[in-house]
Amino acid sequence: MIALLKRDLVLAVRAGGGFGLGLSFFLIVIVLVPFGVGPEAEILTRIAPGIVWVAALLAALLSLDRIFALDFEDGSLPLLATSPLPMEGVTLIKGIAHWITTGLPLTLVAPVLGFLLHLEPSAFGWLLASLALGTPALSMIGTFGAALTVGVRRGGLLMSLLVLPLYVPTLIFGAEAVARGAAGLDGLTPLLMVAVITLASFALLPFAASAALKINLR
Amino acid sequence: MSIWEYANPKKFIATTTPLVPWVMGISISCLVVGLVWGFFFTPDDFRQGSTVKIIYLHVPAALMAINAWFMMLIASLIWLVRRHHVSALAARAAAPIGMVMTVIALITGAIWGQPMWGTWWAWDPRLTSFLILFLFYLGYMALWEAIEDSDTAADLTSVLCLVGSVFAVLSRYAVQFWNQGLHQGTSVPVATGERSVSDVFFVPLLVCMVGFGLLFLALVLMRTATEVRARRIKALEARMR
Repeated sequence: MIALLKRDLVLAVRAGGGFGLGLSFFLIVIVLVPFGVGPEAEILTRIAPGIVWVAALLAALLSLDRIFALDFEDGSLPLLATSPLPMEGVTLIKGIAHWITTGLPLTLVAPVLGFLLHLEPSAFGWLLASLALGTPALSMIGTFGAALTVGVRRGGLLMSLLVLPLYVPTLIFGAEAVARGAAGLDGLTPLLMVAVITLASFALLPFAASAALKINLR
Repeated sequence: MSIWEYANPKKFIATTTPLVPWVMGISISCLVVGLVWGFFFTPDDFRQGSTVKIIYLHVPAALMAINAWFMMLIASLIWLVRRHHVSALAARAAAPIGMVMTVIALITGAIWGQPMWGTWWAWDPRLTSFLILFLFYLGYMALWEAIEDSDTAADLTSVLCLVGSVFAVLSRYAVQFWNQGLHQGTSVPVATGERSVSDVFFVPLLVCMVGFGLLFLALVLMRTATEVRARRIKALEARMR
């Protein structure tokens, strides 16, 4: 499992395009927002929590089809399926690898982008915490979506349609935690809900994803 | 004599085909009676005026929109566990009907909301969760269309339906948490047996609900039989080649 994780990370870093792309996309979306709604600090402060979360979600979505598609094309996915590692382990590792290459960097740069959007100072901690707890769920849900559509040619758009509705609860609770933090309130309740979604999706979705992969590899 | 006998497509079609006109007939008469009764023979509500009458379309459609997904969930489970093709096809057949019911509920709600709330749309928990339900239907149908091999498609959509159901319920509670609503609570709580609707409105509403339920049943049976026949044609074509 560790070897697979290392392999995926090395591939993501060295193959190019995957690692930095999501991050740059995140930055671009955040930069575009002030052009769209105007540079007034009050408006940006008001919408910053939601914008950062939506941008993180889109950036995570962007790299989802790389989780299985490349392995499917070059034939290493059937190899993984026949390896002694259970398929649930493979999907779990794929989800974790996706999080380390997209979710983790997104979380780390998010405070910087929060400055750009004049996020309330009291909300930075909540932003970091909610992204750190919430982006793993985005990766794992996305792994499930990628596993569903791995056999479909040009399945990227279809996958967005399938995955985005599944992202709704995570987005709501994550953005709510930051918004409450920005309003000077206690955002612990939504934060705990984000943690619940993350833990539950890591506990259950590898099974659903591996079931979908097995069907697709049949 | 067990219910699984009807998992045989031939038996299924032979049994349901003569039933469909009857179910359809009763459904249409229920709808005609219920709607005419509701529209012309009930008094106007003292606050809502005649707009209250859209309830006879709105509530049954919303009811069936949720129950259609529930039926798809059960059919998907049966397919995954017992691998009866009719079950998978029934789930597929129900999806577009459920989606149309969702749209009807959303549109009639908007038409009612304009004079009552002064807005076509509000980001209210119930409205939002219905919109999300609509997106789930879209994704489910798109996945069916995208995959060529029919057994693979049935398997994958079933898995999606199971996971989607969990997330649909989760979204329902998440949006409730996210925004307080304009939408009134349920008028006909089944569990407590109490009603906030007077009998004058409730009886025709009940007739309409029965009508919508039977309409859904008839359409699902018809569409399932169509899917079975379409698959037979495919199989015949494949054999001829």
